[in-house]
Amino acid sequence: MSKDIFVVAEQRGGTVQKVSIELLGEARKLAAELGEKVVAVLMGSGVSRLTEMLCQYGADKILVVDHPVLEHYTTEPYTKALTHIIRTYDPNIVLFGATSIGRDLAPRVAGRVHTGLTADCTSLAVEETSHLLLMTRPAFGGNIMATIVCQHYRPQMATVRPGVMALPEKDASRVCAVEMVDAGLSIEDQNVEILKISKDARKHVDMTEAKILVSGGRGVGGPEGFAPLRELADVLGGEVSASRVAVDSGWIEKERQVGQTGKTVRPSLYIACGISGAIQHQAGMENSEFIIAINQDQDAPMMKLADLGIQGDLSLIVPKLTEAIKAYRGSQTV
Amino acid sequence: MKIVVCIKQVPDTAEVRLDPKTNTLIRDGVPSIINHDDKTGLELALRLREKAGGSVTAVCMGPPQADTALREALAMGCDEAVLVSAREFGGSDTYATATILGAALRKIGYDLVITGRQAIDGDTAQVGPQVAEQLGIPQISYAEEVDIQGDALTVKRQFEDQYHILKVKTPCMITALSELAEPRYMSVGGIVDAYNKEVKVLGFSDLKEGLNPDWIGLAGSPTNVKQSFTKQPKASGTVLSGLSADEAVEAIMSSLIERHII
Amino acid sequence: MDFKLSKAHLLQQELYRRFAENEIRPLAREMDESESYNMELLAKMKRYGFFGIPYAREYGGAGSDTLAYTLCMEEISKVDASSGITISVHTSLCCSCINDFGTEEQKRNYLTPLINGEKIGCYGLTEPNAGSDAAGQQTVAVRDGDDYVITGSKVFTTNSGFADTFVMFALTDRSIGTKSMTAFIVDRNAPGLTVSADIPRMGIRAASNCVVTYDHVRVPAANVLGKEGQGFKIAMKALDGGRIGIAAQSVGIAQGALNEAVKYVKERKQFGRPIAAFQNTQFKLAEMQTKIDAARLLTWRAATAKDAHENYSVYAAMAKLTASEVANEVTRTCVQLLGGYGFTREYPLERMMRDAKITEIYEGTSEVMKIVISGSMNLR
Repeated sequence: MSKDIFVVAEQRGGTVQKVSIELLGEARKLAAELGEKVVAVLMGSGVSRLTEMLCQYGADKILVVDHPVLEHYTTEPYTKALTHIIRTYDPNIVLFGATSIGRDLAPRVAGRVHTGLTADCTSLAVEETSHLLLMTRPAFGGNIMATIVCQHYRPQMATVRPGVMALPEKDASRVCAVEMVDAGLSIEDQNVEILKISKDARKHVDMTEAKILVSGGRGVGGPEGFAPLRELADVLGGEVSASRVAVDSGWIEKERQVGQTGKTVRPSLYIACGISGAIQHQAGMENSEFIIAINQDQDAPMMKLADLGIQGDLSLIVPKLTEAIKAYRGSQTV
Repeated sequence: MKIVVCIKQVPDTAEVRLDPKTNTLIRDGVPSIINHDDKTGLELALRLREKAGGSVTAVCMGPPQADTALREALAMGCDEAVLVSAREFGGSDTYATATILGAALRKIGYDLVITGRQAIDGDTAQVGPQVAEQLGIPQISYAEEVDIQGDALTVKRQFEDQYHILKVKTPCMITALSELAEPRYMSVGGIVDAYNKEVKVLGFSDLKEGLNPDWIGLAGSPTNVKQSFTKQPKASGTVLSGLSADEAVEAIMSSLIERHII
Repeated sequence: MDFKLSKAHLLQQELYRRFAENEIRPLAREMDESESYNMELLAKMKRYGFFGIPYAREYGGAGSDTLAYTLCMEEISKVDASSGITISVHTSLCCSCINDFGTEEQKRNYLTPLINGEKIGCYGLTEPNAGSDAAGQQTVAVRDGDDYVITGSKVFTTNSGFADTFVMFALTDRSIGTKSMTAFIVDRNAPGLTVSADIPRMGIRAASNCVVTYDHVRVPAANVLGKEGQGFKIAMKALDGGRIGIAAQSVGIAQGALNEAVKYVKERKQFGRPIAAFQNTQFKLAEMQTKIDAARLLTWRAATAKDAHENYSVYAAMAKLTASEVANEVTRTCVQLLGGYGFTREYPLERMMRDAKITEIYEGTSEVMKIVISGSMNLR
């Protein structure tokens, strides 16, 4: 009988990814409901030192596959190792972070063990009567949500979107069993050759493709007023855009203009700083997923369009916001 | 080099609207398009063909209307097009879809299989790797650049904070990121040709030897949709006034955290 | 009778629509203001086959038809009428003369590079003193051995600023007037051929439209299209076909303007509600859409008649007369719906209104259309 909740602890270069810790926390909740245990699966080369941390964040047991072929992620050796573990230990549930590794590995494994897999879940729950895992995920570009079940196959597998589940508290007093697993790996399992590994230099992002835009208008006050906006965009990994007034005043280049005569954008976050929100501007950005407006005038049209309108002085708020995000990010590294 | 590109016809989700009264998706009149990542896959295939020779075959699993997507692929310059379509295939999840596409690809033959990273309707990114698993070939997903020398491909594979340059020999599967290449338009002459060519149809009877019929369609899918619902419509926004700068920052931060933007 | 487009035509329409939206729309305003066409855009349109739509594959064309060409003209002109006329003059004036009257050798040498996207063509008929009255032509071609020597000037030659191949008309014997009119293919780099700067204009300002001067330009007799003296017939036949293109361009301008207005009236709120909620707005939009559809159907009738090798010249005249009037009426009404904003250059409506005017003038004025139409009615 399949049992226990396995969390694939994703490590890159010896660092456990934050989403894996989030999953340990979520797995603990599910385990409590199901009366099962949380098992972390750690794969890599020379990664045993990471077990302590997995234990402190909630694993009851840790299965470690440590092999040189697992030093850098490639699909086949990891698939082989995890398939071996699933076949050997017969888990009820296997959870992955929906990262670029998780979303490469999980479908391959699900295909090999012939079970269902639900991608990019934003919520997990256990159904009371059937004890099935209810996996909820967005579809149609986030327009609808679907709850998926995997009734007849085990394990029930899901990748979970990073940042959705809460980080659990660390408990230094926890102890757990660590088991080294021989998955029968060999260096020949790697069927692709790694020629080079590089840190990614940040690429120039086209404004229309940016996921986050920090946009400035008349209220920015002048070309120098865009500097704090740029810093905010940088910490958010976004780009700076502008209204027509700011462009026509020569405060910022024309390419960054959003609106009727500028570009049409639909980022996931649009922060409108000192933009009153004439319909010519709204036409270019109204389909943004989440809109924050910062404006002195609480009756500006942009404040009505915004999901969150903040009446206030953007020259004070924006730099403080940048610092707050930096501080928050600092507190989130594990 | 026989390159096969798996494409999906999807509703243009940018055009999908919610009915404000019933809060359900309005799909009438929403145009169907080739999934954008898959179109990038087509562009990649055409460029590899320009460089290394060979042929490009577009494959689409879907209802008969998916014919249009294949005509578009032909009009972009693909040599052949195959529609994988049968009532028995309906309702397939990613595992079942991969089972069917795997059988189709074995029948069609391939050296290199390309598909887009993920489809905009389902957003799973699972079918590519699962097809590769069905075929027992190596996969490289999240490809941002691809080059070819003989039967070897060099692929820049994107991770969140780094990339790997990988070398892989055919037969193999690559899933393309939309950043990889800007897809070309159809050409006018290409459209004329596309409708003079035949789109081959592979139905259930053509593939049943190569797959387990219990593993396809709605009944053969390991996962099932138990329930689907629309998110609550956007509440009208909140306007906060008279806050100090610190209070304002706090309000913004909690909205960003709540929405997982940071 | 079936008013539906085939799947192949629908897919072409989709291509033109996407291309216009993604590639042309972002440039349209800038090209209008700078009064110059974007050469990269031109190269893209050539690459995808927009300059050889109705011409045979064996000569390098796309192998489609006139109906598809009208779809192209409409979709492109929805966002930029200048792009429309650039394609139209090349396709239905310059190329059609060579396609319909050229020898095999002329087709290989001149038609193929024009329709496969290498070269751009133009068409020179109108002269400073000869517009609707083509009999007032003054440009002459004098036979000299195996050549003709051409002297004169042509005005309003669309595309001439960047065209490679000039189809132009000259009289070989002024004493017999248009009976001696002869069509020539002239290379841009022929000595004595000079192209002026663009003529400043009210509309279609991104298109190229210049004075072309022929000062003893020597053209081999092998470059005569058809026979000496056949020029008037060639010129008129090309204009018959061209009018289908202009009709489609007009439909495009009108539909493009209406689409902009519809978008605006749904957003713009006055007196507490979107102006689209007012019945005056709704009725205006309904009237305009109906007129545009009528113009489109007339255009398609002319195109399908041409494709079926039926006599289409009256159909083309009716289509152009109607569509050009609709384009002017609709753009004017749409500017009015946008009010002050419609009058600003922030919205494309004012450009569309300026662009629409020429459709009632070029390739035969509305008055000439009425001459053609009434001429078919056995009134005398």
